Parts: sequence; C-alpha cells; structure tokens
Amino acid sequence: MSISSTDTRRGLQDWLPRLVLAPSFALVLFFVYGFIVWTAVLSLSTSRILPVYKWAGFDAYERLFAQPNWYMALKNLAIFGSLYIVICIALGLFLAILLDQKIRIEGVLRPIYLYPMALSFVVTGTAWKWFLNPGMGIQNTVRGWGWESFTFDWLVRPDMAIYTVAIAGIWQASGFVMAMFLAGLRGIDSEMLKAATVDGASSFTIYRRIVIPLLRPAFLSAVIVLAHMAIKSYDLVIALTGGGPGNATELPSTFMYSYTFTRSQMAVGSASAMIMLMGIAAIMVPYLYSELREGQR
Amino acid sequence: MRRFLWAGTAISVMAISAAHAEESVEVLHWWTSGGEAAALGVLKDDLASKGVGWQDMPVAGGSGVQAMTALRARVTAGDPPTAVQMLGFDIRDWAEMGVLGNLDDLAAEQGWDKVIPAALQDFSKYDGHWIAAPVNVHSTNWLWINKAALDKAGGKPPENMDELFAMLDNFKEQGITPLAHGGQPWQDGTLWEAVVLSEGGMDFYKKAVIDADPEALGGETMRKVFDHMTKLRSYFDDSFSGRDWNLASAMVIEGTAGAQEMGDWAKGEFLRAGKKPGEDFVCIRFPGTQGSVLFNSDQFVMFDLGDEDKRAAQLKMASAVEDPTFQVAFNTVKGSVPARTDVPDTEFDDCGKKGMKDLAEAAQGGTLAGSLAHGHGQPSSVKEAIFDVVTQHVNGQISTDDALKRLPEAVAAAM
Repeated sequence: MSISSTDTRRGLQDWLPRLVLAPSFALVLFFVYGFIVWTAVLSLSTSRILPVYKWAGFDAYERLFAQPNWYMALKNLAIFGSLYIVICIALGLFLAILLDQKIRIEGVLRPIYLYPMALSFVVTGTAWKWFLNPGMGIQNTVRGWGWESFTFDWLVRPDMAIYTVAIAGIWQASGFVMAMFLAGLRGIDSEMLKAATVDGASSFTIYRRIVIPLLRPAFLSAVIVLAHMAIKSYDLVIALTGGGPGNATELPSTFMYSYTFTRSQMAVGSASAMIMLMGIAAIMVPYLYSELREGQR
Repeated sequence: MRRFLWAGTAISVMAISAAHAEESVEVLHWWTSGGEAAALGVLKDDLASKGVGWQDMPVAGGSGVQAMTALRARVTAGDPPTAVQMLGFDIRDWAEMGVLGNLDDLAAEQGWDKVIPAALQDFSKYDGHWIAAPVNVHSTNWLWINKAALDKAGGKPPENMDELFAMLDNFKEQGITPLAHGGQPWQDGTLWEAVVLSEGGMDFYKKAVIDADPEALGGETMRKVFDHMTKLRSYFDDSFSGRDWNLASAMVIEGTAGAQEMGDWAKGEFLRAGKKPGEDFVCIRFPGTQGSVLFNSDQFVMFDLGDEDKRAAQLKMASAVEDPTFQVAFNTVKGSVPARTDVPDTEFDDCGKKGMKDLAEAAQGGTLAGSLAHGHGQPSSVKEAIFDVVTQHVNGQISTDDALKRLPEAVAAAM
C-alpha cells in the first residue's frame, strides 16, 4: 500500500460528503432562497396578472395594509395560532403524562392518538366540515336523539367559524405533540425521579418541579413546529370553510393565494408573503440563535 | 423571468419537438364534469375528422381559477398552450400582456362581425382585432323553481320582488327550504347582481356595476338592493355557507327546497336527474329582470405561438368552433345557448329556446350586459372586492350601512 493511495482515499473521504450534499444544497438554494428573493422583487413591482419588473417601491405594502381583509387575516391568525399552539401543547403534555404511567395497553393507545397526524389537512378539514355542518353533523345527530334545542352551528357563524378551524387543527396535531413529549419523558433519567420519590415528593410535585422543566427542549420544538404550521395552514381552511362564511376564516395564507392568483394583484400577494416570511423569521431567528449558543456552550 | 425557469423552457423544447409530428392543438380548459366533457368531445371528434390532433390539458375546478393559475405558469415558462378556455376580463388582461394571436382573417372570411352579438365581441376582440372564438353564452339571471312546490303555491311564477317574497313565504309554510343557496362568494355575487338588475333595471346595473359609479354603488337604490338581500337571506337554510351550487340545485330537484337563483348551467343538473322543463321544474328570468340578460361567455383564446404549423391548426380549431352545426351540438349538451345569433333553435328544449330568444332580443334592445359574478362586468380585482362586501353582508358580518359605505371604497381600492 503506497502513501499516495491512502492520501487519495482520505482526500475523497473529505470531499465525498460535500459532493453528495452539493446538488441538494444547490436545489434548496435555488428553489427556496432564490424564490424568496424573486417574491421580494415582485412585491416591489407593479405586477398584477403576470410578473412584470417595473419598480413600484413600497406601493404594494401600502395597498396591503389598506385592505380590511388583511386585518381580518391577521386577527384570525392571532386567534387561531394562539389557541392552536397553547391547546395542542397542553393537551399533548396531558396525554403524554397519562400514557407515561406504565399502563399495559400503551402500545395500542399511542398509535390511536398519533394517527390523526397521518391524515392530510385536506382530509381533516373535509371530515370536520361534515361533523360540524348543522344540517347533517353533530347538531343534527344530537337533535335526532331528542335534544331538540341543542345548537352547535359555529361552522356557519361568522363570529365563531375561526374556532372550528382551531378545533380541527388541534384534533389533528395534539397526538403528534403528545408523541414528542412522550419521547422527552422517556429520556429523563429515572434515577433522578427515584431520588425525588425517596425524598418524599408527590408525583404532582415531581412533574411540576422536575419533569416539566426538563422537557424544555421538547416545548421549544413543539412551539416551533406548531407556529409554522399555524402560519402556513392553508389546506385546512380551504377544505373546512373555504375562507367563509363571508371572509370570516381568512388567514394570511389564503389571502396570499387569492391576491396572487385569483385577484390579479400579484404584487400585493407577494407583499403579504413577505410579511408572513417575516413572521416566521421572528420566531425562527431567536430559536436558531439560542440553539447555536447552546451548541457552543 | 425565463432565466429563473430553465426547467420550464427545457420542457417546452420537448413539447415543441413532440408537437411537430402532426398537426394538433393543445387545449387548456376546465370542462371536466360529465356533461361538459361530453360537450367537449363533440369538438374533439369534429377536429379529428379534419386531421387535427387534440392534446388535452384539463385543469379541474369549476370557476377556472386553477386553470388560470396553471396558465400563468405555462406562459411565464415561455410555453403557452395553443388554445385556452377563458372568461371575460381575463381575456382582456391577457391581451394586454401582448401574448395572444390574431384571428382577423378568419373572422372576416366567415363574417363573425355580423353573427356574434356586440357585447360578446367586446371580449373576443382587443384593440379592434379578433383574439378569441366565443363558444357559448351562459346567462346568470335565472330562477329555477320546483314545479310541485310552485303548484302548491298557486302555480303562478313570480314577476317581481314582492311576488317572489310571497312565493318564498308560501314555500316556508310548506315546510321546505324556500330558497336553496350556496354560500360561496361567487354565488352570493350571482344572487346580488340579479337583485341589482331587478331593483334598478339595466341602466342602473350598467351604471353601478359596469361603470362602477361610486354614487350608484353607495346610493338609495343600492340600499334597497341590500335590504332585499337581507330579506332573501332569511329564506336560506342554516347550513348554506360553503355549499356548492350543484348541491343547492339538488335540493330543488329533490323538492327539499323551492327555488334557486343560478345560471343556466343549473339546467344540466336538472336534465341529468331526468327532470323535464315545464313538468318537473320551471325556468324563469329572475323576477323583475324579464327582458334583460346578464351573460358570460366561454371563449377559446388563441395564443401567439410564432409557428406556422401551429397557427394553421389554431385557425382550423377556431373555424370549427364557430361552425353552426358545432354550436348546436355543443350547446344542447352543455345547457348554454350558441354564441352566434343566426343558429336555428329547433334542437333546443323550452328553456334553451327561451334563452336564445331572450339573448337575441336583449342584444337588439341593448339590455344585454356582462355578468359581474362571472368575470364579464369588471376585472377580477374589482369583482373580488365587490364579492368581499356582498358576502360579508349576506353572512351578517356587516350592516347595510357599512356595506353601502364600503362598496365604493373597496371598488376604488381595487382599481
């Protein structure tokens, strides 16, 4: 074995990962970051039906913030996003703690809770559309049982419809959050819990003072995942309410699509996309920053 | 922009080399439901007999929104299809982009100017040049009534808004949903434009909708329109929001609802359910709009492809579309009426005959106007702005006062 062939192999081993990663890196660079730049350019142009590259300054942003629809979308996102994140995490944690009690049929229960995640938002939305439809869903069924005054018509009430979107979203995602917390719970050193038990701590105290603080990484991941799912949720709204009744369930994502593709106001749509990107960046950048700092420590 | 889309260009190069094999047209359309596809088959067979191949590019989605999105991607990639089904102001928007072909020679040769109503020509021509071949005329101010329910209510179709309300009240007493309605913005818009026409007449419709006159949009006549809308809203069932139009038609067909305001494509649903006009259902103009026609017209827009072979195929297709035999064969299947006014009505059923007669008279008398809800009244940005206000009002999100204040504002902001 000569020295040079060892060198070649080492050189190849150094380069191989980069070579393998290069195409996907280039693709991501082009199709994600390239298009972000393109969207930014469009948002500063006069584009309406097709992309045109005529400078318009911040005109599209001004028009965007003059639209009552946009405020409706932001308000809905605030309601939907906060309910979705908070309830998913609370429910997920609760389910995870219950499942963590070393019960016998855990293997059966876990996939049952996790399974809704396997459904797409479109299926979830369509199914819940039927459940919540006052004419044929829950309301109709309960009335059929004899409770004539039972009313559950949120889906068709403009002031309540956004909560039905939250219900369907929470139903789908809380099992997934449960799985994340369960993994976190299983990662906790049992010696520590035994020590606490020996010291006479009740299990409520153990969870409150030891377990939940130790789950901090799982909390962070859950918030990040749920927050960006809330911002980009489009298919759920389209399948469940189509943005209605009226425009009561408009979200920034549905706003972006309709202005860009159906209302011939591509510049305004692009501007709304940039604002959404900034919203996601406002969550992601501090998170990445804290992760990187953690790595250095 | 092409630099951004090498991939698209590569695909287009492949498509061009494949298309050279034989003369053929690639047609982008959204006629994918049973009756529509059958109607399109008529054109396909006709072209095949003339040696022109057919590359189908269907994009499902009733209103054509998805098809227009697909078209944007194709044109941005520098590879437009040969012919595209399109509606109203979309045609004008595309013409402004300078990407459409020219059908002037063919139109002159076949005398399209004389047989196609001027209101349609507004959309088939841009800058005085023919750019599209109109296929059919739909009209939107129809009321479809269940015959059995109507007979119980006295058998007399309503002729004005008061009689309409009286009939709906009677339907309510019969224990059925008086008015079947689908609560999607375009359906709210379709009902609204019929009420505008009924309350204000054609002059007011043109002033408020076509000219978007702020005073008409926020004035006293419009207040009455919104008051009517509030009243009509009380005749819907609870779960109307988000319902598709054909499900609303099904309610009238099954007799669980009394009537539906909808365009003449609803007739297709009735016929497919085995119902007969006059016996099982009644078609009338929306009360108060007799003699006026709000139309939308499907047209095949021809793109400029810069290739003589393809242009020859395009011209053959356009010529086939305007052929009177095709117009009859297609429109009897589709439920619409021919775009040419010189076609005999013998093959059509009662509703179709009435539709053709109304169209010819309205074209003569100047009471033919584009339907706002179907892209023939205003460009899509303004149309959707009006939908916003109308649909919020129908759903009780804003009061009539708010609607009257917001309507002119929203229209001005979308211009």
